[in-house]
Amino acid sequence: MTISVLAIDDSRTIRELLRQCLEGAGFAVETAEDGVDGVDRFNGSSPDVVITDINMPNMDGFGVIESIRGGGRNRTVPILVLTTESAADLKTRARESGATGWIVKPFDDQSLISVLRRVTGA
Amino acid sequence: MSTIRDTFFDECEDLLEAMAEGLAAMSDGTADGETVNAVFRAVHSIKGGAGAFKLELLVSFAHTFETVLDQVRSGFLTAEGELMKVLERSGDMLGDLVASARDEEEADEAAVAAACETLEAFLGEVEDEEEETDFVFSAVTIDLDDAPEAPKEGSFRILFAPKADLYANGHEPLALLRALKEMGEIEVTAGWDALPDPAGPDWDQPALTWTVQLTTTADADEIASVFEFVEGLCDLQIEADSDAPEASAAQPEEAAPGPVAAGSAPEAPPVESPAPPPSAPAPAATAESAKPDSKSSESKAPQAASGPRATLRVDLDRVDRLINTVGELIINQAMIAQRLKEADLPPNADLMGDLDDYKILARDIQEGVMAIRAQPVKPLFQRMSRIVREASDATGKEVRLVTEGENTEVDKTLIERLSDPLTHMIRNAIDHGIEKPQKRIEAGKDPVGTVRLAAFHRSGNVLIEIGDDGAGVNRPRVKQIAIDKNLIPADAELTETEIDNLLFRPGFSTAAEVTNLSGRGVGMDVVKTAINQLGGRISIASKPGEGSVFSCAMPLTLAVLDGMVVTVGTQTMVVPIASVLETIRPRPEEIHKVGVSGQVLSIRGTYVPIIDLAVSLGHDCGRDRHLRDLVLLLVQTEGHEQVALAVDHISDQRQVVIKSLQGNYGAIEGISAATILGDGKIALIIDTDAVAASAGPFRLSDARPTEELFE
Repeated sequence: MTISVLAIDDSRTIRELLRQCLEGAGFAVETAEDGVDGVDRFNGSSPDVVITDINMPNMDGFGVIESIRGGGRNRTVPILVLTTESAADLKTRARESGATGWIVKPFDDQSLISVLRRVTGA
Repeated sequence: MSTIRDTFFDECEDLLEAMAEGLAAMSDGTADGETVNAVFRAVHSIKGGAGAFKLELLVSFAHTFETVLDQVRSGFLTAEGELMKVLERSGDMLGDLVASARDEEEADEAAVAAACETLEAFLGEVEDEEEETDFVFSAVTIDLDDAPEAPKEGSFRILFAPKADLYANGHEPLALLRALKEMGEIEVTAGWDALPDPAGPDWDQPALTWTVQLTTTADADEIASVFEFVEGLCDLQIEADSDAPEASAAQPEEAAPGPVAAGSAPEAPPVESPAPPPSAPAPAATAESAKPDSKSSESKAPQAASGPRATLRVDLDRVDRLINTVGELIINQAMIAQRLKEADLPPNADLMGDLDDYKILARDIQEGVMAIRAQPVKPLFQRMSRIVREASDATGKEVRLVTEGENTEVDKTLIERLSDPLTHMIRNAIDHGIEKPQKRIEAGKDPVGTVRLAAFHRSGNVLIEIGDDGAGVNRPRVKQIAIDKNLIPADAELTETEIDNLLFRPGFSTAAEVTNLSGRGVGMDVVKTAINQLGGRISIASKPGEGSVFSCAMPLTLAVLDGMVVTVGTQTMVVPIASVLETIRPRPEEIHKVGVSGQVLSIRGTYVPIIDLAVSLGHDCGRDRHLRDLVLLLVQTEGHEQVALAVDHISDQRQVVIKSLQGNYGAIEGISAATILGDGKIALIIDTDAVAASAGPFRLSDARPTEELFE
């Protein structure tokens, strides 16, 4: 079964990098360019796993996680944060919002793929 | 990878633009709360992308910059005065670094280091050494704070008891167990002692625990890394069995699990039961989201009310092809019109009405297509604020840039090609126009000079003005220099406008000492040439003590021009309407002979040389050709001299599609391009400036000796 990934990042470059990396590894990739777009797409296509940036216009990554997990919904969907931030308080906040994992950019293709496989159980 | 690299630099352009826009707003006090955020995000995104391409210098500078911006964003620093200047210069530096990374050139590391230091000076105590290492180097960083005991090969016993939050955060114990299985031999025992009564109220609480016996060559760190994300969300113990059964030479090797063989679930029988309420992801959706095209993300964006307007990125070539095709359509329409005319239909025939509709539609399509290429001049203007900063630094003058009409839209190509001339004019305005602060104070002016950059539409053109509130053209000096350089005779008497226009003469440079700003060997003549090549016209207006304004009237597009269709001898030709001031049917008494073959037109008290286009372009027109039978087009040429072009008659006024001749025929003097007319014939488009310039033999000189300088 193809794992579908929703990648939310306001940087076109990062979106393309993710797309290339993940499609090459057999994932189906959908991208969104900000938090609002991301949550919209999440609701539309129910991806198997979400990768989101933190710093984004309109709605940031925390907002994305909270919108997806809000009210105890979508608890089984892994949400990975992919960001250049590495401050501990931000990580804690992300986890409290319901993030599954935290990956610091720049990402390494292989590690990202293995993390994705791990959290999706593929 | 190269295409993503292109995407990155492409994106950097947009981000730098957004950054510059935000910084400008911060600088002139029109910023709101979101502005700093937007600047921060732009810099942040550049950093993020740069990291992916290992552009470390760019990353580290962007990081420092971003850190300062973050302080501004959170109110610890206030962006004004010195800091504002530093931020603006940092923006410039970031742009430079992006450019040198793009062109794979060496960046000036010393300058970058200095810029970083300047920025850091504002940070004071702010500590961020940990982050520094985090992003510059590694790939995925593993956030294990309490690293378990030293590496040891062999057998491990892992106790894993998830808490409720583990499930709430999208973790799946089975996935973790599978990851362990990748590492070696495992034996999993599930503990369900704590299972609540299925009918009870709190069955949602986690009850299952697992005990894993793992025999692996991996060390404890690697095992722990599987639990990287669930740290704190579960009770976890990893113990190395003391009776290490197969301690061997096996080194810890990379634990990166390869693709997992499907269906090889470990023996954890109650694996389904801990799954939370049935909100499982619908696999059905994958078919839809699996579409491999990269466009889906851009095109189907349901932007709705949120965020910026939806946009579409299109390859420029496609737009150009479309424009070309539309050009053909316009030609085709003209041809049909011609045919119908020749068919001599009754004037009230429906067909003529239909044709008119067709014309309107074709015109609409054309304008629509042109609009695709049109872009606001804003980014161009923003780039100029940097030029102003650099020029004012270099000259020790204080200058502010005021822009107007930033949203005026102009053809993309035009915008790109205006950058150099504008840069030069701005440098010029600061170097030669604006006075030193002291001098300005003495003159009773604001010590801070103003350079005004404005764009607006006027009668089918785009007018771009570069004004300064400096001293104005120093006419006596300009004239003296022109005399010294033999551009004009010593006894020439010139009007003020004529003196001002000397600035556009090749080889003219007023800078007493060659500064490293304007004095780069290019003068205003180069600017003028560049503007003319774009189909525009430049002019200057200056008032002593009040400043100067350079105005460039540019065509809206480079693909089409409004032309006057004229007959010259036996040929049909096109004169750009932009250069035609008026058309005159001269009375005999208005035409005067000058010299042997020259003729001038007397108009409103002055004399304007007449150039017979047919003669000038080498047509054999026979002897009985008289100017009084011809029509004169009064045109404005370079340097603002006026010339009357004589043509046989004017037949039409219409938009024509410009077809370049250069590719096939090279440059032809007097001809700028060609077009195809309604009858399918090719008509050449006259380059009025070149015609005027080449028609040397009869100039004003004979009529008005003082004008000899224009020889």
